[in-house]
Amino acid sequence: MNLSMKWLSDYVDIDVTPKQFSDDLTMSGSKVEGYETEGSEISNVVVGKVLSIEKHPDADKLVVCQIDVGQDEPIQIVTGATNVVEGALVPVCLDNSTLPGGKKIKKGKLRGVVSNGMMCSLGELGLTVHDFPYAIEDGIFLIEEECTVGQDIQSALGLNDTSVEFEITSNRPDCLSVIGLARETAATYHVPLHVKAPEVKDKNDGDRAENYLKVDVENTELCPRYTAKIVKNVKIGPSPRWMRERLRASGVRPINNFVDITNYVMLEYGQPMHAFDLKYVEGNHIIVRNAKAGETMMTLDGIDRTFSPEMLVIADEKKPVAVAGVMGGEYSGIMDDTTTVVFESANFNGPSVRLTAKKLGMRTDASSRYEKGISADSTMECVLRACELVELLGAGEVVDGVIDVDHSDKTPKQVPFTPDWINRFLGIELPSEEMVKILTSLGFTVENDLITVPYYRIDIEHKADVAEEIARIYGYNKIPTTAPTGISRGVVTPEQKFERTINNTMLSLGCNEIMTYSFISPKAYDSILLPSDSKLRKSVTISNPLGEDTSIMRTTTIPSTLDIVSRNYNNRNPYFWAYEIGREYIPVEGELLPQENPQLTIALYGNDADFYTLKGMVETLFNRLRVEDADVSPCSDCPTFHPGRCAVLSKDGKEIGILGEISPKVAQNYGIGTKVYLAKLDVNTMHALASAEKAYRPLPKYPAATRDLSLLCDEDLPIINIEKTIKKAVGSILEKVELFDVYKGAQVGEHQKSVAYSIVMRSDKGTLTDEEADNAMKRTLKQLEKIGVTLRM
Amino acid sequence: MKQALEQIKTAAVEALEKCDNLKALEELKVKYLGKKGELTAILKQMGKLSAEERPVIGQLANEVRSTIEEEVKTRTAALKEKELEEQLAAEKIDVTMPGKKFQVGKKHPLTLVMDEIKEIFLGMGFDVVDGPEVELDYYNFEALNIPKNHPARDTQDTFYINDNVVMRTQTSPVQVRTMEKRKPPIRIISPGRVYRSDALDATHSPVFHQIEGLVVDKGITMSDLKGTLEMFVKSLYGEDSVVRFRPHHFPFTEPSAEMDVMCFNCHGEGCRICKGEGWIEILGAGMVHPKVLQNCGIDPEEYSGFAFGMGLERVVMRRFAIDDIRMFFENDQRFLDQF
Repeated sequence: MNLSMKWLSDYVDIDVTPKQFSDDLTMSGSKVEGYETEGSEISNVVVGKVLSIEKHPDADKLVVCQIDVGQDEPIQIVTGATNVVEGALVPVCLDNSTLPGGKKIKKGKLRGVVSNGMMCSLGELGLTVHDFPYAIEDGIFLIEEECTVGQDIQSALGLNDTSVEFEITSNRPDCLSVIGLARETAATYHVPLHVKAPEVKDKNDGDRAENYLKVDVENTELCPRYTAKIVKNVKIGPSPRWMRERLRASGVRPINNFVDITNYVMLEYGQPMHAFDLKYVEGNHIIVRNAKAGETMMTLDGIDRTFSPEMLVIADEKKPVAVAGVMGGEYSGIMDDTTTVVFESANFNGPSVRLTAKKLGMRTDASSRYEKGISADSTMECVLRACELVELLGAGEVVDGVIDVDHSDKTPKQVPFTPDWINRFLGIELPSEEMVKILTSLGFTVENDLITVPYYRIDIEHKADVAEEIARIYGYNKIPTTAPTGISRGVVTPEQKFERTINNTMLSLGCNEIMTYSFISPKAYDSILLPSDSKLRKSVTISNPLGEDTSIMRTTTIPSTLDIVSRNYNNRNPYFWAYEIGREYIPVEGELLPQENPQLTIALYGNDADFYTLKGMVETLFNRLRVEDADVSPCSDCPTFHPGRCAVLSKDGKEIGILGEISPKVAQNYGIGTKVYLAKLDVNTMHALASAEKAYRPLPKYPAATRDLSLLCDEDLPIINIEKTIKKAVGSILEKVELFDVYKGAQVGEHQKSVAYSIVMRSDKGTLTDEEADNAMKRTLKQLEKIGVTLRM
Repeated sequence: MKQALEQIKTAAVEALEKCDNLKALEELKVKYLGKKGELTAILKQMGKLSAEERPVIGQLANEVRSTIEEEVKTRTAALKEKELEEQLAAEKIDVTMPGKKFQVGKKHPLTLVMDEIKEIFLGMGFDVVDGPEVELDYYNFEALNIPKNHPARDTQDTFYINDNVVMRTQTSPVQVRTMEKRKPPIRIISPGRVYRSDALDATHSPVFHQIEGLVVDKGITMSDLKGTLEMFVKSLYGEDSVVRFRPHHFPFTEPSAEMDVMCFNCHGEGCRICKGEGWIEILGAGMVHPKVLQNCGIDPEEYSGFAFGMGLERVVMRRFAIDDIRMFFENDQRFLDQF
């Protein structure tokens, strides 16, 4: 909303700078985005009168003019313009003047003749023919305004208005109007508001609006009120300068007097108006009704529109003439030959207008006003104001009588006045008389502890709304600052603590934390070679995505992680160790919402990372998280991973996650030319499987006995089987079993490997004897033999 | 014998003084004081002495022994000192050479600041509460006083899954869920991911993070809102931060406000960073709308509360002078390593 300060001054008297005004209104609730003073870029440009025009001695296309600019002597200006005539008033840029866009004019010589400035066109002053319809687009602006020679061009052309740009919140459509903002201004500065009811005198000539037009409203829910008035013998032409100036300052292009009047009233009151030519209303009968399916009409912007039955149209007996609350039809608009005009000032249902505008893809100034909600009370005042302006402009004869089909709810809205509650709610101590003063200045009436809400304040329903009115005019910054009373704990949940430990561990293991988008492309499942019958291919799908790449919610974090790995690889980062705790979104049969499972995803390449680097990280993490004795089983059937370098982690039969080397095919799909190691672990499962915190164990009192075992077995035997056997056989005295060598080659037989363990045993009851330790080893070897492991001789 | 003792003493002291290494010193110690040493040899002859001579010679022998022992001690210390000095001199290294490298991971910058903000609120007695990102339209909009076809829905470009399910556009649904579950007093923040259908560019991302907060109790006032948020800003930006509250509109709060903090760069004068306004918008806030309390089963006549919400990315971008929001989600190592 752009507000003309000149227009505002019709309603309130204030004397503040635009900056101060902007700050004050912002702080009382009408946010100012900026302001612009018209003509502020123009300097040293005055009205001049052309005294004489002579041919340039050395140029056919130039003339030399003597111009009176109100100084002692006329000045000489050389120009190439052809429309200048002697006696004309023209804008003259004197030496050292500036024009919009930062253009500077200095005196100089044109083909050897001194030129002490420049005459300028409308365009050079930042104006168009819409501002001064009598002028021409190219050529010098020949001024027909009342002005004096030597007068500053800004004041001569009315270029001294300031336009203030407001950002009005959606709850205050009443502030999308000059009067609405004037009311806010009056309340902010505690000054009176001067609004006068429009007056149109009856002619009593027997001619009445009803003679011209019949109005029927079929859908009174979508059109609670339809008010119309007739103007006959209209004279279409440009509107006067003051009106054009105000429209221009409000950012609206002047067109002709009738269109300008509808726009003027809409800007002034916030009520959209429509003017149309009666001769195009067939049967002189307006019917406000739902459109018929497939019905079409060309709107004012020249586009054919097709309607559907939920849309409301203004129709005559044969066809629609306007889309209710959105836009008029091309053929019923005001033309130069229009003789009788219908002014429509109607109230339409906001959500319905919003849907219609959205469906037709045409949001207009009118539709955006209706959808925010406008009171039906203002239609009458506005149609009268339009007619008052017609008389003021001498643009036609207003016909007596008004057509008013009114089904709107007339009960005034009332809210209890609760000053004590308001003071408590806001934390202030404002006397109730002060509150009444504030409310009155905003147009409320307070009587017997009851507030009557003015019709234009559709947003006020509750005492909390009243509290806001009091607070903003009193001043938010005058409200004291206090702390809520009472003690409360800031609880960190076990889940949050668990995640903290994961984060701290992963960081200390040298991985950077990353953050990825949680939506992916459906094609990502192909990229990671997810089997076509995988349940994970069923994803939550966004119905209005920005594009395919971000159209489904991931059921696995692997694609998002590989995207980041790929980017780093292709950005030539020599290594990348990273992790993320991010969610997967798994649809659940019969539920509206998916399950959102946090996953820890770790990805490594470079810096000597291999499978065992990643596995070591996971083991360290499990140790920190107290996820003890997790099972590791080889996994060769997950196509995302290398079939010989992938393992599934589980405990107590519950799968924790997967880790391994990314399959070369998948790496290729992501344009990654190096080995990538990736682990994905389910955070909630880890948490569920983590052991409770344990009590401290005293430091050992007795020495340990250590035995090294060098073993021989089949090369395919998983190491974990040997380790498990040792653990079981040694029993409770086992303190630590550590693999320290694995060897394959000439020294051992074919398809064999040698494995060496260091086994530490200790008892908390006494020093272990050699015999006890040796016996444990004997037991162990016996068990190992059963799985084909022998002592290496 | 007396003479012999004196001789041993003189010879030993002389030899010890000349001794220049610990090995030789040890040999001298054995030579004079050892079991087979010279002094012992003499003392073995004590038996032959008369009863009068014995204490005199005994005393002398002890004196000689302690003199030699003392001298050995002094020389040992001196030689050890010397040896250490030589060792230290030999062990000199180039301390300007680089240290061994350790790889330690870095928190994502968004987490870095998010954690700081969480700490501040935990310290003020707020719980951190989480909720679903794929959310019911009811929790994201309707319970928050934004019915279908409300114009406010246009300002939050929403990703829809279907008519009843959306990607949450704010973390406020967590507040509604909390109010449904818990009885006041409630003091929570709900940080997390939110989604808006904004095309990705330098200043917009379809996924970003919000931190919202909610306080509900008996007698909560707008002055409590101001006090709490001012305290938060001073914790985050420093004690000398200046804030102002501006009236605004949100469908779920009444009165509503936006909080600005005075521009750190120009101190209110207006500059490039604050786009000439002198103030930087930090968060939106307000007293919880009575209808919202009612929707959540809390009696607005008995309880009142305030809520606030802020976007994380802009705070982090300003803090580290990051001019492109895409950096956060591209996760280039060279970017991540800087925090």
